[in-house]
Amino acid sequence: MNLHEYQAKQVFAQYGMPVPNNQVVESASDVPAALEKLSGERWVVKAQVHAGGRGKAGGVKLVDSAEAVKQAVSNMIGTNLVTYQTNEKGQPINQVLIEEISNIKRELYLGAVIDRASQRVVIMASTEGGMEIEKVAEETPDKILKVTINPLTGLQPYQSRELAFGLGLEGDQIKQFAKLLDGFAKMFVEKDLSLVEINPLVLTDEGQLICLDGKINVDDNALYRQKDILAMRDESQEDERENRAKEWDLNYISLDGDIGCMVNGAGLAMATMDLIKLCGGEPANFLDVGGGATKERVSEAFKIILSDDNVKGILVNIFGGIVRCDLIAEGIIGAVEEVHVNVPVVVRLEGNNAERGSQLLSESDVNIIAANNLTDAAEKIVAEVKKNK
Amino acid sequence: MSVLINKDTRVICQGFTGKQGTFHSEQAIAYGTNMVGGVTPGKGGKTHLDLPVFDTVKQAVNETDADASVIYVPAPFCKDSILEAIDAGIELIVCITEGIPTLDMLQVKIVAESAGARIIGPNCPGIITPGECKIGIMPGEIHLPGKVGVVSRSGTLTYEAVKQTSDYGFGQTTCIGIGGDPIPGTSFIDCLQLFENDPKTEAILMVGEIGGSAEEEAAEFIQSEVSKPVTAFIAGGTAPKGKRMGHAGAIIAGGKGTAEEKFAALEKVGVHIVRSPADLGKGVAEATGW
Repeated sequence: MNLHEYQAKQVFAQYGMPVPNNQVVESASDVPAALEKLSGERWVVKAQVHAGGRGKAGGVKLVDSAEAVKQAVSNMIGTNLVTYQTNEKGQPINQVLIEEISNIKRELYLGAVIDRASQRVVIMASTEGGMEIEKVAEETPDKILKVTINPLTGLQPYQSRELAFGLGLEGDQIKQFAKLLDGFAKMFVEKDLSLVEINPLVLTDEGQLICLDGKINVDDNALYRQKDILAMRDESQEDERENRAKEWDLNYISLDGDIGCMVNGAGLAMATMDLIKLCGGEPANFLDVGGGATKERVSEAFKIILSDDNVKGILVNIFGGIVRCDLIAEGIIGAVEEVHVNVPVVVRLEGNNAERGSQLLSESDVNIIAANNLTDAAEKIVAEVKKNK
Repeated sequence: MSVLINKDTRVICQGFTGKQGTFHSEQAIAYGTNMVGGVTPGKGGKTHLDLPVFDTVKQAVNETDADASVIYVPAPFCKDSILEAIDAGIELIVCITEGIPTLDMLQVKIVAESAGARIIGPNCPGIITPGECKIGIMPGEIHLPGKVGVVSRSGTLTYEAVKQTSDYGFGQTTCIGIGGDPIPGTSFIDCLQLFENDPKTEAILMVGEIGGSAEEEAAEFIQSEVSKPVTAFIAGGTAPKGKRMGHAGAIIAGGKGTAEEKFAALEKVGVHIVRSPADLGKGVAEATGW
C-alpha cells in the first residue's frame, strides 16, 4: 500500500523527523484557514497523488499570495494529474498540500528498502538529491552510500556518522542527521515499510535538515497489524477493478491487450500471459483466481475481465491440482451462462479429472472452445480474436 | 536417493486440526507420507486422523521423533510457529502459508540459519519426493519417481513442470517449491547445490519469475558449481513494471528484476532456456539429449 506525501510526512513527524510546516486542504475554501496556520509570504502548493513526476506535470506550484494559493488549489482539486508514472487517465487530485517555503542550500537523498539479496534493511543516502535515484544508481553508483541494518542491534551511531560524513555534513548538521536517521530506521521497522524515500532531504541556508518530500510503501502483508497506516488508505488512487477483485480474493492487474486471462496460481497466470504474447496476441490482464475456483468466484472473475471494453476473447487456464477439473468445468459453464459472456472463451483444463472436465465443456450448450493443451489454448484464443477483428 | 525428504522422513503438521491442516494431512497420508502427529495448542492428548495431537512442537518431537514439520497456520501466527519448530529442533520446516510480513521472515530466517534449520517457503506448494513423501499442497498423482530435480518459485506452474516431465517419462527426484515471497527460506542456490550433490538427480529444471535477483545469483552459482544440465523458464515477460503480479516477490522495481535480464543471465552461463511454459518437458529433453 502507498501513502500520500502528506501522510508520509505525518508519519515522519511522529518519529521526530523534521518536515516543513504544512496544511492539507480539500477545496479552495479551506485555504484562508490553512494559511492562518502557516507563516511566510510564499508557499509551495503540491497535488497529492500516488505517483512521482508531479513537478514536471504541473502538480507542484510556487505561489506568493493567498489569492494565488487559492487559484492553484482550485485548479488542481477535482482534476486528474497525468505524469510519466501514471496511465493516460492520470490520478485524481482530492487533496492539496500547502507548505512553507524552505531556503534550499543543498538537496540530498535518503531512502531505505528491504534488500532482497542481503535480506536486510538497507539505508541509502546520496548527495545527488532531487534526481531520480535509479538514474544515479545506474550512472554514478559510487554516489550512493549504503548501510545495512543488523536486525539484532538496529541502526548504530557509527553508521549515521558514516553517512553524515559521506554526505559532507558538518558540525550540528551531523547531530541533526543522526537524530533524523534514528527515527527513520525505527519507523521503517515499526511501521512494516517496504520502501521509504526522502527526495530531496534538504539542508537549508539556516543549516537545518528538512524532509522536503516523502514517499512510503507499506508491506501489504503487515497491514493487519498497522491499523493507523491502513486508515490512511486512499482507494481513489487505486484501480477500481483491482479493488473489486480483491474483495473476492481474486488477484487482478489490468494490462493493455485484448485477450482476457483467468488462471489459477500467480506463476501460471504470468506464464499464460507470456504464452499469449508468444502466439502473437496481447494479454488484457493478469488474473489469479486462486485455489478454490468455484462458480461464484469464476463468475465474478468473468465480470471483472469483461468490464474492460478492450477484451475481445478470454482464455481460461486451470491446473486442477487438488480440485477436480469436472467441478471446475461445471463452475465455468454456469458462470459463462450467468454472466452472458459474449466473446469467445477458450478453456484449457489440466490435472485431476481433466478429460471429464473437457468433455463436459464440449457437451454444454454454452459457447466454449475446449483446448487440448497449453499451446493449443493460446493459439486458439489468438486465432479467435484475430478472426473477429 | 532424493534431497531433503524421503520415505523415512517423520512429519508433523502445525495447525493440524484446522481445515487446511486436516485436508492436506489426509492427502499426505493417502500418498504414503510418514505423518507421525500434529500440533494444535489446546487440543493436546486428542487423536486426529488416527494420529496423536500435541499442545507444543517440543512435546510432539519428544513423543514422535519428528524431523520435519509442515505449517498451515494463518499468516499472523507463522513467525511464532516457525520459531517454535526451530526451538524444538525440527530440521526441515515447510511453511505453506501466504501473506507473512516480510520483516517477520527477515528475523525468522536469521534464527533458522543460526540453529541450522531449513525453511521451505513461505507462500509455496511445499516439497515432494515422488512415491515416498509429500509435504505440502501439490497433487501427488502428477508426479513420477525419476531423475529430474525441480525447483520453482511458483505453485501451479510447478505442477505444469512436473506434469510435463512425467509425460516425457523422465520423472522427478524431488520437487521443491521455494515460494513467491521476497525473502524465501530456501533459495534457488540452496536447491541447486542439493541437486548437484544428489547422485540420482541427472538434470535440473528451474522455474523462476520476475522480481529480485535470485535467478541471476543462481546463474553465477551454476557457472562455477553445477555440472548437471539445467533447464530454466522465467514467468512474467509480459508483466508491467511496478505492479505486484500476485506473489509478493513478483514485482519489477526500479526497472530491475525483469524476465529478460534473468533469461540473459542464465543463457550466458549455458543454461538451456525455454520461452514457452508449454515447453518445460521438451526443454529438459533438449538439454539432456534424452
